[in-house]
Amino acid sequence: MLRLEARAEASRVWRYASPVVALAITLLLSALLFVLLGKDPIRGLQIFLIEPFNGTRALTELALKSTALALCALGLALCFRSNVWNIGAEGQFLAGGIAAGGAAMWLTMEKSGIGNWAFFPIATVAGALGGAAWASITAVLKDRFNASEILVSLMLVYVANLLLSYLVFGPWKDPQGFNFPQTVTFDMAIPRLAAGYRLHWGAAVMLLLAVLMWVFMSRTFKGYQLQVSGQAAAASRYAGFSARSTLWICLLTSGAFAGVAGAYEVTGLMGQLTPYVSVGYGFTAIIVAFVGRLHPVGCVAASVLLSMFLIGGQLAQSRIGLPAALTGLFQGILLFSLLACDTLINHRIRLGASSK
Amino acid sequence: MNEVAFLIAATLSSGTPLALAGLGLLINEKVGVVNLGAEGMMLIAAVIGFAAAFHSGSSVVAFAAAAAAGAVVAGLFGVLVIWLNTNQYATGLAVSLFGGGFSAFVGAGYIGKTLEGRSQSSVPFLGDIPFIGPALFQQHPMVYAAAGFAVAIGLFFSRTRVGLVLRSVGENPESAHALGYPVRWLRLACVMAGGALCGLGGAYISVVYAPLWAEGMISGRGWIALALTVFATWRAARLLLGAYLFGGVTMLQLALQGAGVDVPSQFMSMLPYVATIVVLVLISRNPAWIRLNMPSSLGKPFYPGR
Repeated sequence: MLRLEARAEASRVWRYASPVVALAITLLLSALLFVLLGKDPIRGLQIFLIEPFNGTRALTELALKSTALALCALGLALCFRSNVWNIGAEGQFLAGGIAAGGAAMWLTMEKSGIGNWAFFPIATVAGALGGAAWASITAVLKDRFNASEILVSLMLVYVANLLLSYLVFGPWKDPQGFNFPQTVTFDMAIPRLAAGYRLHWGAAVMLLLAVLMWVFMSRTFKGYQLQVSGQAAAASRYAGFSARSTLWICLLTSGAFAGVAGAYEVTGLMGQLTPYVSVGYGFTAIIVAFVGRLHPVGCVAASVLLSMFLIGGQLAQSRIGLPAALTGLFQGILLFSLLACDTLINHRIRLGASSK
Repeated sequence: MNEVAFLIAATLSSGTPLALAGLGLLINEKVGVVNLGAEGMMLIAAVIGFAAAFHSGSSVVAFAAAAAAGAVVAGLFGVLVIWLNTNQYATGLAVSLFGGGFSAFVGAGYIGKTLEGRSQSSVPFLGDIPFIGPALFQQHPMVYAAAGFAVAIGLFFSRTRVGLVLRSVGENPESAHALGYPVRWLRLACVMAGGALCGLGGAYISVVYAPLWAEGMISGRGWIALALTVFATWRAARLLLGAYLFGGVTMLQLALQGAGVDVPSQFMSMLPYVATIVVLVLISRNPAWIRLNMPSSLGKPFYPGR
């Protein structure tokens, strides 16, 4: 009989081996699924594992998606480490997109003639403020009324989507847009890294923020306090660390990060606001954060992995005629496997009956 | 008169999936397990139920298949959180994300398909009474089943011995374990029963309420059902009332639009979500009240023999 036995000490090896094993399980199940669907599994895996990395253009597209995912995941990692369950990053992403898109629209309508480089910080700050403001609703209701941050932040995703829809169908609609639900096309955009590619300098901001987040989490007293409150709430209270400040710092930071991601999506790629800003980065980022071990560097690495799945799904649709929703399925399997493998961090499998 | 009867009928209908899922989650939470995967289980059940109805033409088969699907997914969740002691929040989120992906993948072939032979059901005699008939007694049988479940579950937890044991598992699993009750198996049974009810809720939406399949068609009802358990302070009868209240809020937007109230439709559509937030705020405001009613071991892992 197999049984689980608690380890005396958490296993460092499994902490990092777990995502690898989970990925292996996911790929195995994916291959099985390809066979069941009557597709060549080698070809299927090739589309998911090789093609997203094949060539400069593919790599820049991969980096683009990773930028959005990692930005959202960095904030979520901080939240989850501190036991603040913000699962509404998608709403904060949208709020950031609305704020930056609104700023860009206004600057365009006013014929400001502002350049891309001058606009870059404006979009970043607007996105951060928009996302943080949206997250602050959750923080206020949790702080003041003890309302579950899980449910409030999630409900606000739907509200944000409808708010965006209202704006582009109503007051922000392009007067010369033939009644399409979209704003004017912005005159400016986030500066591109290289001509001919869509990858923009937001990717550099993401890497910078990842480093800053790492410094904050592992090298500052405040960062330490947040993590204590997550891992041992009683100890944290005894030490006099403020639970309120934990809540606010986590939600405002993760809101701002997701907001910046939304700002770059709208002003770096779309060039206008439409009802279709939300593509689920905020939700996928939850998986990114867990696969990345709630560590900033891990988040960046995991964001590349999950972007690979996103692009692989699109390619699977065009190349072998499978629904792009395949990606969501694989992501779910990955997170499931990961959580199951994580059990081995604190437990070991033993053969034979219990010694007790 | 007819409009009012229609509104009442529509409220009952739109409250039913919330009631079914909410009751399922209530059973979960009574034994100390919180399942954030309700949305995912409902999505999976909705697509499975729709597919079953589409191929078999029978809504009984559809509901059975959906309940089974819900129970299986919940069982997977249950094994992870109960035996492997994974974080309940994270695992529930995994169910929701997996459910979104799975349902979109399986449902891709069913978009735009319609169910044939939709029968208009009516309770004999009662359905013919003017006003009261169309308002209350011309519903799909599942509407009455949901109300019946609420009464049965309420009585089960408050009046039966097994219900008492299950409550003890939720309040203090260590004591229940010491008394010799199989805490983990009881939890798994409740989690799977809860999944089956969430499944019925999901299938009601895709087979009766809509009736069609669209990606993400549960649109947050699983999460609203989670909020309902808090709103109902873990009591089945209050949960049913809450579900109808939310069903009414959903219908209110239609009534207001029909009455020519000039508010953009998007703000109307926000109503159920904003109402959920408002309700959560009102109920959670008093932490003592919540603590008094909430099963004490909710969300906490249980290690037998420690």
